[in-house]
Amino acid sequence: MNAIEFILAGMLAAATPFLLAALGELVVERAGVLNLGAEGLMAFGAVLAFIIVYHGGGHLFGFVAAGLGSAALSMVFAVIAVGLRANQVATGLAIGILGQGLSALFGKTYESLTVKGLPKFAFPWLSDIPVIGHLFIQDAVVWLSLAATFAIWAMFAYTKAGLVVRAIGENPKAAHAVGYSVIAVRFAAIAFGGTMAGFAGAYASVVYTPLWADGMIAGRGWIAIALVVFGTWLTGRIFLGACLFGAVSLTGLAAQAAGLDVPSQLLASLPYLVTIIVLGIISADRRLLKLNGVASLGEPFER
Amino acid sequence: MRALFTAILPTLVRRERASLTATLLAPPVALGLATILNLGLYMSMGRDPVAIVYAMLLEPFLSWASFSEVMLKMGPLLLIAQGLAIGFRAKVFNIGAEGQFILGAIFASAIPVWFPQATGQWIWPLMLFLGALGGASWASLTAFWRVRLNANEILVSLMLSLVAAQLLNYLLLGPWKDPNGFNFPQSVMFQYDAMVPVLISGTRINVSLLLTIVLSMAAWIFMEKSFTGYKLQVGGLAPRAAGYAGFNEGRAIWLCLLIGGCAAGLAGAAEVAGPLGQLQRSISTGYGYAAIIVAYLGGLHPIGIVVSALFMAALYIGGDNAMVSANLPIAAVRVFQGSLLVAYLIAVAFVRYRLEWRLSVYRSRP
Repeated sequence: MNAIEFILAGMLAAATPFLLAALGELVVERAGVLNLGAEGLMAFGAVLAFIIVYHGGGHLFGFVAAGLGSAALSMVFAVIAVGLRANQVATGLAIGILGQGLSALFGKTYESLTVKGLPKFAFPWLSDIPVIGHLFIQDAVVWLSLAATFAIWAMFAYTKAGLVVRAIGENPKAAHAVGYSVIAVRFAAIAFGGTMAGFAGAYASVVYTPLWADGMIAGRGWIAIALVVFGTWLTGRIFLGACLFGAVSLTGLAAQAAGLDVPSQLLASLPYLVTIIVLGIISADRRLLKLNGVASLGEPFER
Repeated sequence: MRALFTAILPTLVRRERASLTATLLAPPVALGLATILNLGLYMSMGRDPVAIVYAMLLEPFLSWASFSEVMLKMGPLLLIAQGLAIGFRAKVFNIGAEGQFILGAIFASAIPVWFPQATGQWIWPLMLFLGALGGASWASLTAFWRVRLNANEILVSLMLSLVAAQLLNYLLLGPWKDPNGFNFPQSVMFQYDAMVPVLISGTRINVSLLLTIVLSMAAWIFMEKSFTGYKLQVGGLAPRAAGYAGFNEGRAIWLCLLIGGCAAGLAGAAEVAGPLGQLQRSISTGYGYAAIIVAYLGGLHPIGIVVSALFMAALYIGGDNAMVSANLPIAAVRVFQGSLLVAYLIAVAFVRYRLEWRLSVYRSRP
């Protein structure tokens, strides 16, 4: 397998944790809330899923537990940031630190243990195409994530629910005046974001690299938040961004396999460096951010 | 058809003015709340709560030996938090102090690593200076990205912290590894003159604590008495008003990040030239992140931060105690830190708002 085939084969799986967390964050931000706790929510979901799968609960139950657990933790965020109108940056950081702490605490006795990942399914015919055929051999979660991407795109593009979420993010006062409950919608969006972050963590710990190590989320939650900015709050671009990061995180492995003499630390910091550079490039176009951005992002709603 | 229905709902009402008593009461209330939550957690893990409270919250204060360690731990937390708080008040969210701390430690270590034989009383002051420079230059990347490229400083500073950790690993596993160090990822032990002199004999407290306290006072004067500090605060409270008054936002961001970076870098230098005496992989046990909590818990006020830094340092030492005597994983300290900030934000909400139960009439949407 050459480097291109290697990256094509692994890209979608590597992208999935970024994608799931970023989709969740997208919905939260579209509703006008900035949740910086994604890293902690992912770590919390990751440890819950790992514990369940390790004790034989199965992957499905592991994902359910991760989703519910992270959603519950994100509700703490919702109560403080939306209910009590606290500073969203500080609250997000608090939840992030708490989630990472809880994951380290619960994961303590599982350090360096492994579980079995998930089998991969091949897409009939398409997977037989040379070179790009590898793209069509993926596990079930990857396929479901693609479906979720499509569903969220469609929700924002075509449904009333999507419109309501966007209205509340753009102008909560107007949405309130028309009779929508800003608080309820924001709570729901945050719960959804929490669930997705939990799934993302679960994918990282029981499917992608099925082992537990403290700090294994390694900044993926933060990159997911950056992805929402990269994607200028648009689902399709977020998907492309996630693929880019999937590919970048595989570049290190591909370079090592190719025998390139590059310090492994440089390869390990590639995703972070790429985040910094792309963030600079995208943000420099202020008009683009303003045009696509969410007007009330980060501002507490007060009647 | 529109239906009417009524409900008695809790409503937050903004207080006319927050009382000073309530403001001062918020941190201790948060501490109580966080303690109760965490004790519940430890009990559910089957640990003895009495032993934990004793080891974690009391023991650090009960002997001079452990209290001096608390004071030692307090130094970096206090220094970093003071620097961050200035930025937070101006709404510049530098959360990359961890990386700035690491770069400070790396810059400071350059002298003893490259000139291990050098002697002279100028070495440790120069190291502290280089540390501040290292932290500031790492922070200046964030400032440039924020001011020139409009990139979110939270994300950039955090990413730079992750890069800094890799840079530290690279140095310690490669060019800066102690050749006689049995392959451990650490630098050579620093020579005597590269160490900050001990302040109180019999303890590890060194001169940098003095420096930290002086800088805390400087932070207080800067924020409360200087025009620049005033401009920063206005920029944080009312960015538009600051703009109309001709206060330059870009300059404020640069200033906040450079102050934060200097402080964190100085803390990193003081750590390697103080208690550690060499560059190690574990130079920071999350000081950069803990300092964020210290800054908020101290109400972003220089004096409050002194108290919260002391407490957070005690929590670190207490956590070490609890690990030994009550068999509590050290991760429990991180959980305590996180829940403390959560509890504080809840407590502060009730300083600003009053809860009222109001009868509301709702009309369902058509």
